[in-house]
Amino acid sequence: MQSLETHLREHAEGDLVPWRCQVDAAEHFALTLAEAEGAILELGLLPARYQRNREMLTTVQQLRLFRSRVAVIGCGGLGGYIIEELARLGVGTIIAVDPDVFVEHNLNRQVFSSPHLLGYPKVEAAATRIAEINPAVTLIPVQEAFTPANGRDLLHGVHMAVDALDSIAARLDLAGVCEDIKIPLVHGAIGGWYGQIFTQMPGERTLQRFYADRQDGSGVEKQLGNPSFTPAVVASLEVAEACKVLLNLGTRLTGRKLVINLLDMEIEEIIL
Amino acid sequence: MNITVKLFATFRTGRFSIESRAYPEGTSVADVVRELNLPEKELGIMMVNSRHVKLDHQLAEGDTLALFPLLGGG
Repeated sequence: MQSLETHLREHAEGDLVPWRCQVDAAEHFALTLAEAEGAILELGLLPARYQRNREMLTTVQQLRLFRSRVAVIGCGGLGGYIIEELARLGVGTIIAVDPDVFVEHNLNRQVFSSPHLLGYPKVEAAATRIAEINPAVTLIPVQEAFTPANGRDLLHGVHMAVDALDSIAARLDLAGVCEDIKIPLVHGAIGGWYGQIFTQMPGERTLQRFYADRQDGSGVEKQLGNPSFTPAVVASLEVAEACKVLLNLGTRLTGRKLVINLLDMEIEEIIL
Repeated sequence: MNITVKLFATFRTGRFSIESRAYPEGTSVADVVRELNLPEKELGIMMVNSRHVKLDHQLAEGDTLALFPLLGGG
């Protein structure tokens, strides 16, 4: 019988492996699509779907993303876009955590919501969407609230966490568990026209230092709500940071935060 | 003493973005917050000369005070 390697090399176009060939290889060799993707990347070949990544990322980096495990805590406005972008980027395993089901006021911004999914768990909608857009990515849905009690289990074995929560108190819990198990955290928050983002590496405790006494505060989103565009902007910045943290690229947003004001179109960098 | 006050996001509404304002000696961050009628529970980060401070921090001539509202949404 022809080996997997021979099969993939024969069907590759240059070093690109078309999706059809990845599916055939998986069927032929009784692999999951994820296992086929891993095999392709291990051979130094590239699934053709990532060809527009390749001027930015090498095949070795694409493999590293595929081997990465990222927890996205919250699957609402920020979380939906974050999960979509991580999956399209090629992050191999995404753990999506959110206790909620879709309700009507989510429809103005939450990318996985639609009228026929009202009442449906957000994490299940995320799993369905990811299976549709990038079936080689494993999305693990967890329909639970993140708490200090379950946090360690939820984050077990992940390389980093991305904050898409909707309260300061829950963010402090997340930051605490990330610090305990020494993983990086990308923080993002939104309210109305405004957003903010920073990254914290183990030991930095940025979120804890700045928000420890603010957990009972009321965010501006309580008055302003959130429109369609603010979560997309901040989520995209968070995914750019996540990509850089996973691959150790560029200059991370640590020790400083970006404050985004879409009403006046101003982005300020605040040294923390 | 003169303090440069910078307001961010919603705090600008009906107020200003940046202003040089005169305050008596001994004025604290909390005094400025009260004078500007900023709801305390909406306060996020407070910084004086780019350093994180608490509400009871006493201001000095020439300080720049930046006040950010809390953002909690996701």
